[in-house]
Amino acid sequence: MPEPARGLPGALGRFRGSLPALVVQRVAVGLVTLVVVSAIIFAITSLLPGDAAQAILGQAATPEAVAALRAQYGLDQPGPLRYLHWLAGLATGDLGRSYTAGVPVADLIAGRLPKSLMLAATTAAVSVPIALTIGIVSAMMRGGPVDRALNLITLCMVAVPEFLVATIAVLVFAVKLGWLSALSNAMDIATPTQFVRAYAMPVFTLCFVIIAQMARMTRAAVIDQLSASYVEMALLKGARPARVALRHALPNAIGPIANAVALSVSYLLGGVVIVEAIFSYPGVATLMVDAVTNRDMPIVQGCAMIFCAGYLLLVLAADLIAIAANPRLRHR
Amino acid sequence: MSAVARLATLPWPGRIGLAIVAFWLAMAAFGGFLAPHDVGAIVSQDVFGAFSARHPLGTDYLGRDMLSRILHGSRFTIGLALAAALAASTCGTAIALVAATAGGWVDEAVSRVMDAFISIPSKMLALVMVAAFGSSPALLILTAALSYTPGAFRIARALAVNVRTLDFVQAARARGEGLPYIAAVEILPNMVNPMLADFGLRFVFVVLLLSGMSFLGLGVQPPDADLGSLVRENISGLFEGAPAVIVPAAAIATLTVGVNMLIDSVSGRARAVEA
Amino acid sequence: MDPLVRVEGLRITARKPTGEAAVLVDDVGFEIPKGEVLALIGESGSGKTTVALSLLGYARPGCRIESGRIVVDGIDVLSLDDEGRYGLRGRKVAYIAQSAAAAFNPMKPLMDQVIEAALIHGTATRAAAEAKAVALFADLALPDPGGIGRRYPHQVSGGQLQRLMAAMALITDPGLVVLDEPTTALDVTTQIEVLRAFRAVVRDRGATAVYVSHDLAVVAQMADRIVVLNGGRARESGTVDQVINHPRDEYTRRLVAAAAPQPRGEPRGAVETPLLEVRALVAGYGRLDRDGLPAARVLEDIDLTIARGAAVGVIGESGCGKTTLARVIAGLVPAARGDVRFDGQPLPTDLRHRSREQFRRIQIVFQNADTVLNPAHSIERILARPLAFYRGLRGEAARARIAQLLDLVKLPASVASRRPSELSGGQKQRVNLARALAADPDLILCDEVTSALDTVVGAAILDLLADLRRELGVSYLFISHDISTVRAVCDEVVVLYAGRKVDAGDRAAMGHPPFHPYADLLIASVPALRIGWLDALPRRLAASLPPVGEALDEGLCPFLPRCAVRRAGRCDTTPAPKQVLPGGREILCHVSLDELARIQSGGAA
Repeated sequence: MPEPARGLPGALGRFRGSLPALVVQRVAVGLVTLVVVSAIIFAITSLLPGDAAQAILGQAATPEAVAALRAQYGLDQPGPLRYLHWLAGLATGDLGRSYTAGVPVADLIAGRLPKSLMLAATTAAVSVPIALTIGIVSAMMRGGPVDRALNLITLCMVAVPEFLVATIAVLVFAVKLGWLSALSNAMDIATPTQFVRAYAMPVFTLCFVIIAQMARMTRAAVIDQLSASYVEMALLKGARPARVALRHALPNAIGPIANAVALSVSYLLGGVVIVEAIFSYPGVATLMVDAVTNRDMPIVQGCAMIFCAGYLLLVLAADLIAIAANPRLRHR
Repeated sequence: MSAVARLATLPWPGRIGLAIVAFWLAMAAFGGFLAPHDVGAIVSQDVFGAFSARHPLGTDYLGRDMLSRILHGSRFTIGLALAAALAASTCGTAIALVAATAGGWVDEAVSRVMDAFISIPSKMLALVMVAAFGSSPALLILTAALSYTPGAFRIARALAVNVRTLDFVQAARARGEGLPYIAAVEILPNMVNPMLADFGLRFVFVVLLLSGMSFLGLGVQPPDADLGSLVRENISGLFEGAPAVIVPAAAIATLTVGVNMLIDSVSGRARAVEA
Repeated sequence: MDPLVRVEGLRITARKPTGEAAVLVDDVGFEIPKGEVLALIGESGSGKTTVALSLLGYARPGCRIESGRIVVDGIDVLSLDDEGRYGLRGRKVAYIAQSAAAAFNPMKPLMDQVIEAALIHGTATRAAAEAKAVALFADLALPDPGGIGRRYPHQVSGGQLQRLMAAMALITDPGLVVLDEPTTALDVTTQIEVLRAFRAVVRDRGATAVYVSHDLAVVAQMADRIVVLNGGRARESGTVDQVINHPRDEYTRRLVAAAAPQPRGEPRGAVETPLLEVRALVAGYGRLDRDGLPAARVLEDIDLTIARGAAVGVIGESGCGKTTLARVIAGLVPAARGDVRFDGQPLPTDLRHRSREQFRRIQIVFQNADTVLNPAHSIERILARPLAFYRGLRGEAARARIAQLLDLVKLPASVASRRPSELSGGQKQRVNLARALAADPDLILCDEVTSALDTVVGAAILDLLADLRRELGVSYLFISHDISTVRAVCDEVVVLYAGRKVDAGDRAAMGHPPFHPYADLLIASVPALRIGWLDALPRRLAASLPPVGEALDEGLCPFLPRCAVRRAGRCDTTPAPKQVLPGGREILCHVSLDELARIQSGGAA
């Protein structure tokens, strides 16, 4: 299911600076938003009613031991100071130490991040072309039987929870057909066959929802343009419908489509949480879910910041593509 | 056209959606009374039992009646989601009305804060909240409401700003009307229909978010169970193809798909994703 | 010889959202001999655009050409298959749309779009098509014909886009050109340039054309024959002379009568007590700078007086600041400088400092009747609000007053229970007026109240305004882009250009020279319902001017770049002085009034 559209503040046409100024402004807004996000996340995680040190040592611990541990993790300092400390750490790549494992959070995440990125990249590589094709084709055939069928199918697909898709996939491909392993161990991949065996089901599950979502947004963006006057004008010049859609409507839809792709791909960030858990995939999301269960705050904070930064990066990229594609911003 | 008349002219996917939504609302309201067994009672020796006359939806990993458990679970899923979606839509609309009618720096400041909140993916926010405060129904409602208020705000503000520029609002300002009158009498009535559709979408988002959290074991905690928890607790039956895994997952899907089909037909265009 | 175009028994229907079919065009037929221009004239909803599009074998989504026959250059258009239609459109029949700004793809350079049809139909190589386009640009009097094609649509003006679209249509030398209200979206002073350019290329090429318009005066300049459409049917057809000078059909007669508005009511004497006084007003939008002046200044140093019971018209092209002036007086836009006095008392320009009584006495009536009434409320509720708000009228008393108000604006009482969406444009504008009248105001600010309406409907609203002034003694500030409308209802006329008051005087004085050069251009640009008007235009209005070198200093005459009588060394160095004639006439110009009068009476520039 799609998340509500999320994007950086500020409408495109509102800013009237030069192109580089526009780019700098967007990047700056992204950074400021990231700082505000970090403050929100830190505020939530440090409003703890319980105490991490107590939680780690258990109820039987002596007050002295708890106090010592608190001092060790800097928990005895006032909140704003701890935030600034943490923020400075973030900027230098120091995410603190895990309460439970005792190792630097950055190391834990560094070991997992490539695997999560691999999963996301594979999913994006599979889903984006398929989704754009479906979206554009159904926009061109809008109102026809193909479009109506695709509309209904994608409408249902976006509303299906990932764990239903995943469980059915396991049931069919692992249990009934026995083609794939239910667990996705991405540890040792040497051959393409191993790659497919490891990634097929998680990627399928993730693709299922985001293809539908992306296709629907693409369709809406293209249809929006197809109702514009210049499209009627192109038809009246004798252009065939395919030319009208691809040469006229599509270039105008690039901004909204880039946004759709960014939002859908950023949805992966949420989707991987479920998918990694189901397939025991050793990515960042599994790390985070385990940390939530163990209340290992430094890991939770670090992982949350990774995901939020990823989201902001995608939306920023879409924004910049939309700016680059718009001649009103390129040529004044 | 009145709302009732419009429902009568729904295309068939909309009618199916309407029927599904009505069914689930009835289940959430009265399902507890219809349940053949006590929700916690172990009534069968057969764990992960198949569909049978005695247990129409099979039995779970302890031999409890799945039909009874789903009837109870749907009450949790739908109840929590309704509360959270209602809170998100109401707060979002109210804040948006204030921001849009006040304009100027109030609008700017509120929009900026909402934009920051909107940059935290809902699942991330939920995980962080559960890590910090532990999981309880109240916290889940709060989390989901917090997560989807900015989205509702953004839609409502866009609508309100659109309406605000229309001449009848300018006419009301020139008449000397106060901001509360303009917001409540001139602007709000023209936002109700799209906001109802948006409420439906928020509901679907919340159902999926909360089921996902329960599936991870971080949502509704035992002995209570929503539909997501039912999938989780029975996941070991997956390899035998037990109905106890598939049925609750499918129940969630029918609910969300039904709402989506209804909204898509009512709002008359493919706006399920543009939110 | 066979006519180039023959249309017979054309019937086009549309499917309503409720499922039933609506007839848009019924039993329309006409012929166009080769080399002639046929005008389709009618008001909105008359089906004129629908007929025009059918000549390209095109019906808008939701519409269907049910029956009839269309033959263009020997081709039976309605029996063509898809491929046949693609071959017809842009090749045999070309189309020029009303809003060029929307009809150009914002993402593509102009040249690509102008020559697209030639490339699609393979009538020329890219190089040849570009060369031909440049020649067409020159013929259409576009600036920089060689370079304009590299620009994007947002980089050229509306009038230029409209001419570029003509080049786009003519690039394949089509047998038939369909022009759909091609100048309606333009300011009147831009319109004559475009009309001239169109006429030149159409005539030079001996093109056959269909010219769709609601404006009889424009059509009289462009067409050989006219078909009058109303409600989807052809009411009358004939030569231009026949239709405009000897209309036979009742509807045509009303159309002709409404095209040349007559003055309504007697102009009033000069000595009266001032109701509204505006002094040295400066206003605009955007952030305020250190001196409290807004970033975008829209109004500069405006003086204006409205006497009790008088009607003052403010006229100017889009963007001249006329609507902002009404908004400042209504309190919707704060003034940066200057003051406004109402009935002798200072009137705060910020809404929050006005009393309810001040609100009541000044009412504003907006242009767009479609958006000015809240679609969620019934007419009764819309009219009841000001009654309750200003005067505490409720219940039976309010209902009785609402019935009176509806009667005053000549609407049936049954309208009260309806919603705005159930009313026609003219009815909505009457409700809009009734809402203003509900406050028993002293001054009504009318912002383009007839511009969105059809001519005949608009004329009825003007009659109503004149009646109300006579009966209720209310004053008007009447804002319009149309000088003939303003002259029809106002005692005095103020001409704004780029936020400055360049010319002002009473109705009689504004009927003959001297004028400010812009007012001269504005008045002379209004098409007259007279064959040959366009050709008989004075030369001073046709001359193309060399561009002014650098950007203008603030304070200089804003009309300088377009002024045919500008004086080098004076106009471009010092601000123009205000010259005052006896009787209150004011003109902001360096050129002496005698000389202006001499030039504008027909002498050489």
